[in-house]
Amino acid sequence: MTDTPRAHRPPGSLVALAAGFITIWLIAAALPFVWTAWGSLKVEGDFFSMVSWKDAFFGPRTTALTGSAFTFQAYRDVWIGQEFWRQALNTAVITVGVTAISLTFGTLGGYALARSTARYAFWILIAALVFRAMPGLTLVSGYLLPFFEWNLWGHQWTTIIVLVALNQPFTLWLLHSFFLSIPRDLDEAALIDGCSRLQAFRLVIMPVMWPGVITAGIFSFLVGYSDFVICAMLLREENQTMVPKIIGFLGTTQQPGQVMYSVAATVSVIVPLLVLVLFSQRRIVGGLVSGAVKG
Amino acid sequence: MLIHPARPTHMPHRTFALFILPSMLAMILFIALPLVSVIIQSFHIEHPQVLVQQETCDPFGCKTETRVDAAAMEQLDAAAPQGQYNGIGTYLNSAHLAVSELGTIWAAAPDLSTGLTQTLNLPFYRALLFTLIYTLVVSPVSLALGLLIALAVNVLPRGVRGGVIYLTLLPMIVPSVIGALTLFWMIDQRGIIGAFLQWVTGDDTLSLKASGALAWATLFVHGVWSNAPFVFIVFFAALQTVPRDTTEAAMVDGASRLERLRLVTMPHLAPIATFLMLILVMDNFRVFESIIGLSATAHASSLSSLIFFALRGDTPLFGSAAATSMLTVICIFVLLLPSLRNAWAGFRTKA
Repeated sequence: MTDTPRAHRPPGSLVALAAGFITIWLIAAALPFVWTAWGSLKVEGDFFSMVSWKDAFFGPRTTALTGSAFTFQAYRDVWIGQEFWRQALNTAVITVGVTAISLTFGTLGGYALARSTARYAFWILIAALVFRAMPGLTLVSGYLLPFFEWNLWGHQWTTIIVLVALNQPFTLWLLHSFFLSIPRDLDEAALIDGCSRLQAFRLVIMPVMWPGVITAGIFSFLVGYSDFVICAMLLREENQTMVPKIIGFLGTTQQPGQVMYSVAATVSVIVPLLVLVLFSQRRIVGGLVSGAVKG
Repeated sequence: MLIHPARPTHMPHRTFALFILPSMLAMILFIALPLVSVIIQSFHIEHPQVLVQQETCDPFGCKTETRVDAAAMEQLDAAAPQGQYNGIGTYLNSAHLAVSELGTIWAAAPDLSTGLTQTLNLPFYRALLFTLIYTLVVSPVSLALGLLIALAVNVLPRGVRGGVIYLTLLPMIVPSVIGALTLFWMIDQRGIIGAFLQWVTGDDTLSLKASGALAWATLFVHGVWSNAPFVFIVFFAALQTVPRDTTEAAMVDGASRLERLRLVTMPHLAPIATFLMLILVMDNFRVFESIIGLSATAHASSLSSLIFFALRGDTPLFGSAAATSMLTVICIFVLLLPSLRNAWAGFRTKA
């Protein structure tokens, strides 16, 4: 960038205009989360004040009730009182399962699609794209009755495999485009040296594929972690994950203080994502770009 | 040439099949077969309730009660869990295509607008209208906003870009229903924006939830807010690969910044925009979570929310949910047809 010709540089007025626009956008993008995090440290009477919108800033009732302008009461109530840690554990099980199986299936399939020159490889990719268009709820209405009949409903592993399947189209496209960027010469050399396909894949290709695998892993993680529809429909009350549970809290807002369970739980769900994006921003960006464009 | 050179990198069909097997099996079992299951279910309907007359007598006399025979119902369900065959009856009933209702409405309708209003009060048409408008508004607006953000970030100094990208990713990374909730808590009557608006206007009854139009607008805003980051990321990456030579040639020819944008940058982004639009249409057509998060079920229903509530009732209505699902799949197929034809044409010219 140091050797950019002068004429390439945007004029100051344009930069100012862009900076203004981006500032407004960033406020719109981040403010709801910042505000919810702020509000989670107040009592309901302040965050949802009947009296004045200013209460959410100064917290008069929070101070009156707890002696401080900030309180972790909502977090204590939801994590300990409502045993939200159970949902957190369930989410961990689902997320780990989905990520591990997605990556195993996806790397094998993506590799085959990238290396086959046959016509059917193209059609499998197109079919995956069509499958990707199917809304989750459309498929759930197909699962529910057979799952009830065959006693598959309400188990974590059923939910995991369903989420893996629904996520396969994207994972296949993404990993297929990553494998395409690894030169065929590498496999060829391994095959000539007497490796089988599986050995070439495992010993030669996978070691250079880690960046792609990690990227695909992040997206699989997000699928398991964020899912609402599938988990809400296929899991029981006792093995429910965090996101559907938050909506569950809202169903009973009549009791005072209940809505603060949701607020604290929502912030608890968002914070790990903030950390994840902080450490893997580059990979998320790279994955979105290869999944959408190269593929 | 008579002897072809050996092509060890060409993957034999058998090896290909083994590698793709787990992935294909998962997709066939949990995407393709459920579609078959949906088709079968859509032609069936729940068993009619088996009623029994029961006479109960007490000192004050006898009365006859009509009850549902639970044992007989259980037997029926065990014998045929999918219910009884109903043909295309479910498709035509009032919860779906509402053929006879449509006939009545249009036979009696004094003018076009009354007929349309009454048609759009039917649950399926109401949901279809919302889903279509949502898809057709949110997709292009997200595309435009994402492009604008990408163009703006592209002229900012490099040092700030990382932070801007970080914050921009948030509305997309956070689960849709959670993002909708955080917005909802702000615009709620007692939330910061809702209460602030009441204070500014001095109208204590002002509520963004009260009117259907405002509820739709909020849903659209949430849609654009959560879709624009993805569009931004892809366009921003594409902007880094705009060919330098062409840009410089255009500058030498005296093209202004705006002309370079129109003549060099836009054509470079066009194919990507087409693909993004395809993805956006697919994703927006399944709009559902934001309706829950924004508590807008009273004012907006989508095709997906019809399915959800059919399955979530006291007794799940499998036939009804399946018929709505089939109609949804048909709509998606119609929406995607142009893109699929393009893919086919592209493949034909390549082959």
